[in-house]
Amino acid sequence: MSGKFSEIWVYLAASPLLGLTVTLLAYQGAFWIYRKANMNPLANPVAISVAALVALLWFTDTPYPVYFEGAQFVHFLLGPAVVALAVPLYANLEMLKKNLLPLGGALLAGSLIAPISAVGIGWALGASRETLLSLAPKSVTAPIAMGIAEKLGGLPSLTAVLVVSTGILGAVLARGTLNLLRIDDHAVRGFAVGVAAHGIGTARAFQVSETMGAFAGLAMGLSGLLTAFLFPLLLRLWGG
Amino acid sequence: MLGTFTLLLVYQLIGEVLVRSTGLPVPGPVVGMLLLFVTLAARGSAPTWLRDTCQGLLSHLSLLFVPAGVGVLVHFKRLGAEWLPISVALVASTVITIGVTALVMRALQK
Repeated sequence: MSGKFSEIWVYLAASPLLGLTVTLLAYQGAFWIYRKANMNPLANPVAISVAALVALLWFTDTPYPVYFEGAQFVHFLLGPAVVALAVPLYANLEMLKKNLLPLGGALLAGSLIAPISAVGIGWALGASRETLLSLAPKSVTAPIAMGIAEKLGGLPSLTAVLVVSTGILGAVLARGTLNLLRIDDHAVRGFAVGVAAHGIGTARAFQVSETMGAFAGLAMGLSGLLTAFLFPLLLRLWGG
Repeated sequence: MLGTFTLLLVYQLIGEVLVRSTGLPVPGPVVGMLLLFVTLAARGSAPTWLRDTCQGLLSHLSLLFVPAGVGVLVHFKRLGAEWLPISVALVASTVITIGVTALVMRALQK
């Protein structure tokens, strides 16, 4: 019996089927928990599924590359997903045209301050160069951030972890920060969350109001785009 | 769905080819997104089939970074050694970014 089981295990461990299936199962389970928790930002589905999968790999002694053989099929979709961001961006074109100055100014300020503050603080506290390069694009949506980290010479997988952490932090901290600054316009609140905390912040904003979500989504797309073009420039100034 | 997926891959492919051939320091999919945006703007509308499938794909955006997130396994050592600068940088810069973006936008609205 146990001989049969290990035979099956050897087969499964070598095929991409298992890695792909456990990724989808973990996410479905995590999303179920997130809904049960009334979409509390602390029950973030990405954080939960990553934790579950890390524990699974740890206990079964499975190396990450073996898991990734299967998970790469999900990972691959990041590219087309970035291209797909053009569609909501286009849908919000009118809104953008009407508010060109406030949105453009806020976008530029936010997209500059995010990497500068993160890298500045990390550097002051003694983070290594690779960590700083992985930290830099952490406010933009994961697929773009990982692409940027790769181009900069950071570690894309570390960036992914930092991006997810930033998204969760932004979703949790936004309300307090904005209340403290006495900002109650939902357009402004949404845009700020989208610039600072990308998709996870946007998902959160949509739960508060439609306006907030639309502005957050617009901010996510635009800041991703701007950061991708701004970064190489910033890095040259930094002397990298 | 198949049509949308093909279209997205074609735009991504064009983006990658442009990036590789010009040496632009920008991720290929970002160029693909820009080209699709320009196409939609020139066309004057986004077809419903494209809108619906893209919305479907983007509503599961968070699933797509799970595999990369599991890569944290490989970085446990680094995160253990640099947890202080990393966590302070993440928390502080997130609060600063939200605050600065909101204040600049409000100031320019008036």
